[in-house]
Amino acid sequence: MLILECPYCGVKAEETELAAGGEAHLKRFGPGSSDDAFHDYLFMRENPKGVHFERWRHANGCGKWFHAARCTMTLEVFGTYSAQTTEPPQELQEKISAKRPGWTWREFSDGQK
Amino acid sequence: MKRYSVFAVAREALRYHTGWERAWRSPEPKRHYDVIIVGAGGHGLATAYYLGKNFGITNVAIIEKGWLGGGNTGRNTTIIRSNYLQDPSAAIYEKARSLYETMSQDLNYNVMFSPRGVIMLAQTEHEIRGYKRTAHANQQQGVQTEWITPERVKEIVPIINLHGPRYPVLGGLYQERGGTARHDAVAWGYARACSDMGMDILQKCEVTGVRVESGRTVGVDTTKGPIDCDKLGMVVAGNASVLAELAGFRLPMESVALQAMVSEPIKPCMDVVVMANTVHGYMSQSDKGEMVIGGGTDGFNNYTQRGSFHHIEETVRALVETFPMVSRLKMLRQWGGIVDVTGDRSPLISKTPVQNCFINAGWGTGGFKAIPGSGWAMAELMATGHSPLTEEFSMMRFKEGKFIDESVAAGVAH
Repeated sequence: MLILECPYCGVKAEETELAAGGEAHLKRFGPGSSDDAFHDYLFMRENPKGVHFERWRHANGCGKWFHAARCTMTLEVFGTYSAQTTEPPQELQEKISAKRPGWTWREFSDGQK
Repeated sequence: MKRYSVFAVAREALRYHTGWERAWRSPEPKRHYDVIIVGAGGHGLATAYYLGKNFGITNVAIIEKGWLGGGNTGRNTTIIRSNYLQDPSAAIYEKARSLYETMSQDLNYNVMFSPRGVIMLAQTEHEIRGYKRTAHANQQQGVQTEWITPERVKEIVPIINLHGPRYPVLGGLYQERGGTARHDAVAWGYARACSDMGMDILQKCEVTGVRVESGRTVGVDTTKGPIDCDKLGMVVAGNASVLAELAGFRLPMESVALQAMVSEPIKPCMDVVVMANTVHGYMSQSDKGEMVIGGGTDGFNNYTQRGSFHHIEETVRALVETFPMVSRLKMLRQWGGIVDVTGDRSPLISKTPVQNCFINAGWGTGGFKAIPGSGWAMAELMATGHSPLTEEFSMMRFKEGKFIDESVAAGVAH
């Protein structure tokens, strides 16, 4: 059973209390952008076998959206963090690097790795 | 290949079964093949089989990182039906269903196809309207389905409770010629036929890289060394995104876990497949007497081939109202598989941004029933560059907004 700690209310919630919201840090494209960029934003996904950043909502709790870093191969949770950010906190990225050297992510929302 | 027949059984009985040969060879890889198919599951093997049978292309390798048929082919609930609303889906699934009817004869391998009928229960007013519409559409498409009343449902499925307080049974969409088949036998039968045509099935051989030169696929790197090819087919279900990444492109899909379970074996009580889509549960009885039960997918990306416990509980709970006998059943075992779900929940059988590289993926929760049709269409696409069955399933449809408005591969039970 997946257990995530909500970074807002601090509750350690198991998955029936949470709603999954898919891949995090999508760079959003709308009117004025190219067809390719819009298409990629809407449909293309990283879907990695390994480190995955994703959105969750504490649906049956405080109701807030947050981010989680998780391994899709082992279901290990590296940590959760605020939704008000464009990339995972530095210390979380370092923690992941220690556990999964060489992990990659195409692009965070601010466009920098 | 020695043919299987009643005479073969009699002959072997007289010599203590010493004459049976291996169903397929396990060769070492050659340096070059005309076509490499990655993934020796049902879809991959069917693709190879129809490449050989329909197009005479037999210099083919089928590469599998695990063992043959050990992924979703061996993990599904074996339901076969083609009662889809939209023309492209109905066409390919009906093709598949009709190929299942003669598969045992074609392959000389008993796949135990059992056209026992499939009922999809309508348990809300919306479902009544939806299924009547599907029944009408199916008439136009030449797919034999009918709308049946609750009384008829009770006749066909005596163990059902029509008058549940929350979700009464209001009727059903009945496809009499749908049913089940032995999933492993489908993979084994195709493997035997492929091997007989001279194709190489390379098990325990993982693809570690896809070699692309000036936009064309030229081969793959594997744990058994590099292998060259003229054309590459990726047919790896849940791992499609991983393989696409090796070839340098992304896919409009995510991989999630889907679970199923079987009960202890009981006496025959239900000779039809029943699906209850409103409550996310479906059930049939296997030839061994186990009740085979499937449910919905987990909501989050997952590659572990195991799912969340609460989904098992939800699935069984959903079925208890409609099938009160489920509450007395002991569950024997439970398992999960990784299914790949696309943006519009319909599969991809498509060319890719890399030349001579084709993909067949995204079957989500509904892949087994499509195996022969998918292989037929994929083989045609790979051999000729064009197949009428695959036109609508191109991965370019997302860019063009030409979605298939049907949750063929939805993350729910169906």
